[in-house]
Amino acid sequence: MTLLNLVLFLPLIGFLVVLLLPKNNPGLIKMVTLIAAIGIFVLSLGLTQPVFNPEVAGSAGKGVWFITDVPWIQSPEIRYHVGLDGLSVWLVLLSTLLTPISVLISWNYISNRQKEFYAFLLLLEFGLIGVFVALDLFLFYVFWEVCLVPMYFLIGVWGHERRIYAAVKFFLYTMAGSVLMLAAIIYLYNKGGTFDYVNLLDMMQRGRLTLSPTEQNWLFLAFFLAFAIKVPLFPLHTWLPDAHVEAPTAGSVMLAAVMLKMGTYGIVRFCLPMFPQAARENAWWIVILAIIGIIYGALVALVQPNMKKLVAYSSVSHLGFVILGIFSFNQPGLDGAVYQMLNHGISTGALFMLVGYLYERTHTLEIKDYGGVSTVAPWLATTFLITTLASIGLPTLNNFIGEFLVLQGSAYVNIWWTVFAATGVILSAGYMLWMYQRTFMGETNAHLHGHMHDMNGREAVAFLPLLVLMVWMGTYTQTFLPTITAANTRILEQSKSGVEFRVNAQQGGIPAAAKEMGNAR
Amino acid sequence: MPDNFVPTAAEMLRFLPELILIVVGTLIMVLDPLTRHEDKNRLGILAILGLAGAAWGTFVAAQNGGPAFQGMLLVDGFATFFRYLVILVGALTVMASLSYLKRENAEAGEYYALTVFSVVGQCVMVTANELIMIFIGLEISSIATYILAGYLRDDKRNNESALKYFLLGSFATAFLLYGIAWIYGSTGTTNLAEIRRVLASGEGAPSQALLGLSAALMFVGFAFKVSAVPFQSWAPDVYQGAPAPVSGFMSAGPKAAAFAIFLRVYLAAFEPIAAKWQAVVIVSAIATMIVGNFAALLQGNIKRMLAYSSIAHAGYVMVAIAAHNEIGTAAVMFYMASYALMNVGAFAVIAHVARAGEKYVNTDDMAGLGVRQPVTAALLTIFLLSLIGVPLTGGFFGKFYIFKAALDANLIWPTIIGLLNSAVAAYYYLRVIVVMYFREPGESTADLPPLAPGVQAVLWGSALAILVLGIYPSVILDFAGRSANLVK
Repeated sequence: MTLLNLVLFLPLIGFLVVLLLPKNNPGLIKMVTLIAAIGIFVLSLGLTQPVFNPEVAGSAGKGVWFITDVPWIQSPEIRYHVGLDGLSVWLVLLSTLLTPISVLISWNYISNRQKEFYAFLLLLEFGLIGVFVALDLFLFYVFWEVCLVPMYFLIGVWGHERRIYAAVKFFLYTMAGSVLMLAAIIYLYNKGGTFDYVNLLDMMQRGRLTLSPTEQNWLFLAFFLAFAIKVPLFPLHTWLPDAHVEAPTAGSVMLAAVMLKMGTYGIVRFCLPMFPQAARENAWWIVILAIIGIIYGALVALVQPNMKKLVAYSSVSHLGFVILGIFSFNQPGLDGAVYQMLNHGISTGALFMLVGYLYERTHTLEIKDYGGVSTVAPWLATTFLITTLASIGLPTLNNFIGEFLVLQGSAYVNIWWTVFAATGVILSAGYMLWMYQRTFMGETNAHLHGHMHDMNGREAVAFLPLLVLMVWMGTYTQTFLPTITAANTRILEQSKSGVEFRVNAQQGGIPAAAKEMGNAR
Repeated sequence: MPDNFVPTAAEMLRFLPELILIVVGTLIMVLDPLTRHEDKNRLGILAILGLAGAAWGTFVAAQNGGPAFQGMLLVDGFATFFRYLVILVGALTVMASLSYLKRENAEAGEYYALTVFSVVGQCVMVTANELIMIFIGLEISSIATYILAGYLRDDKRNNESALKYFLLGSFATAFLLYGIAWIYGSTGTTNLAEIRRVLASGEGAPSQALLGLSAALMFVGFAFKVSAVPFQSWAPDVYQGAPAPVSGFMSAGPKAAAFAIFLRVYLAAFEPIAAKWQAVVIVSAIATMIVGNFAALLQGNIKRMLAYSSIAHAGYVMVAIAAHNEIGTAAVMFYMASYALMNVGAFAVIAHVARAGEKYVNTDDMAGLGVRQPVTAALLTIFLLSLIGVPLTGGFFGKFYIFKAALDANLIWPTIIGLLNSAVAAYYYLRVIVVMYFREPGESTADLPPLAPGVQAVLWGSALAILVLGIYPSVILDFAGRSANLVK
């Protein structure tokens, strides 16, 4: 029983325990969930051990830690194969950190059917951790779908007015994308005789499993579609504003902060190493869609009257950066993309939390109903401002690092990508600061008096970890980046196998420069 | 006349489950007039005991496996698997019906006896190794089911259902019989292995046109029984009109048996001409999936919706038949097992919510079940998620194995269409969940009585079995995989 298995299965056990608790004692249910979630988080901190102890890391070999590899189903052979590397460790931590926070912010907000709510939160955590640690394609698919069910209920039962529409749309979009991924997974099995990702990759590298360019292309597209819907990549993003706006605060936080990362994680983990040639061949239109997404998301965010919708569209824009970074196929781009995944999780999660705080007080999400909040709730205003600044990429806060690296990476490939993408950064300053100004500055809106009180202790405690991380990740990247870089180097290495470089001449000098920049960090 | 016309003891043992069921069924008929009205449910208990005995009989028969009665029956792993399955479905149906019949004030021994006889027919079907036996089994099963569909004789919907089922069903079996006659005419035998041998060797040079036509005629009969397009139109009306537990029974037991003979005839006997029938099955499978799923999207009546869903599921199964390989056969077996469990469970919940006279059978009538009876709603949710094919349920692995078999046979387009269809299907199953949990409770679920013990046993049993199949499918799949070799 490795620590990873413990962290993975405790949420499931917690889910069952919460289901068995008596329904009429919400206090007990909340306490049990909170203690479980915090306990899981504390345990998950142990997962970073190999990051800081190279000896531990070295022993497991190949940069994958806490491996468990046992047969699950004999025929067809499906293995319970999980492991952690520099890419997944931080995403697991993000999931385990945000779950207790989600419990805290729902403490008073959720008043009906509390038992099911907290149970589903833990089930969601189980699915999310599973997605990030699965090293068997089939197992990955199982966890991928498992995540769907609790989120569907979180939106559908505890959401706002149009929750049913949003929940069904969310489910169907994701399902439609993922069934084709299932077909691709089965196809790979029939070709390679295994679902085991590590084995498949090994076979591909040794040339024991070769896919023709057409096969590779279709398989890549099947996987990519599932991931692109989840990211979401323009023009597949339409489920996202609906789901975000209608979900309860905790649902929005988990959705934005962790669930969207399932898509980008999948691309980095599976699409790049398994289908390197196809990934490169399709990169041009994916990058174009990503850049359209960056600008389109930002422009739409600019005109949103509804705060949650604004933050949702800003997610479309931010995730465009991640895709851009990934499909730059170089170290800074990929590092930036992964770092940006974490950043977006923290700062957008925090934004949804704060918007949720405002909503709990006034029961409105329309920006025009606010104004001058900073005079009645100064702490709320200050934290909101810091989060806003983080989100628009102010240096010394986290998003800056990620966006910078992505832009740097894309500039190596094509400077015009960078130029267009950078306009997204400028626009983000526009819509975020404008929202801040309309909400927190100026005359205090009359009907806010009496409703608007400052952050209470519970809310502050829930917010504090994210605040600390925003500064930490913005100023001391040394904690996080080396591990990510190591994992990405390996992925880039794998994504080069079998690829013919037709543009070597043009790219000749760039790797050296990239290395230099890497050293400078 | 052969010397060994008198069956040996071993041959009788191979026929043990049917013998037990016939005795029990007859006993119920005899005891019926002797039982007081309020004690009728004891006959149901007797039926359950009889079915349990038959399960034991299946076990004994499997220990002594082999052909019986001049090769008319063949007890192999395949037959044993389906015998267990149809017996289980029969038992679950009786358990779910106990309280239903009491509520409709229609308790009578004949209901239980008919269920048992129908199971006898299905047992004969799945064991049959010869076209005439297949036909006899099919008729025993069908006639009992026709009567069950119209069991509540004062209910107009029941009458319509039974009449429609009977007329169309007889018509379809006539086609089947005609096909059998032609096969006999062109190959000189009704034994499946013999037919295969003749077809493979080209002995006596049967006319290709005649063979094709007879295979097509038999296809009509089978396609009707499994409700495949274009012979599906009876299913919605019949399922909607029949008593809810009977609808559950029809969609599970007779259907599983029909698929069993479909597989046996086409994979054991017609395998040499597979290239000819495969295209027909594929086209029918694709049409079945599409018609079933898209029609189900439009249904307001939940029984009708599940009827269309059962058409769609027949389409998935036919994709695996079209693959005509061993993995496909194993996939069908696994699929029918998990499908039977989730459908019997779902119909049991519907019967429960419908109340006396089946008043509340619209999807909207499920409103508030999540609040009023959270456990019932949660169990129905498991059945629905399994019907959608969400991982960790049996339904998911069923679909997975089917499409894996199809990809093995290089049927890429049917697979893609099937998978996309299952995404479409998610919508109408989710709608039930939406109504149960997300809508305001309506009057339909107000003062809903608690679950009767029999129904509770059915629901918990099938839900747990579905989860077990979804987490550890090897328990059934190994059995299915070992038994999937139809050609001895």
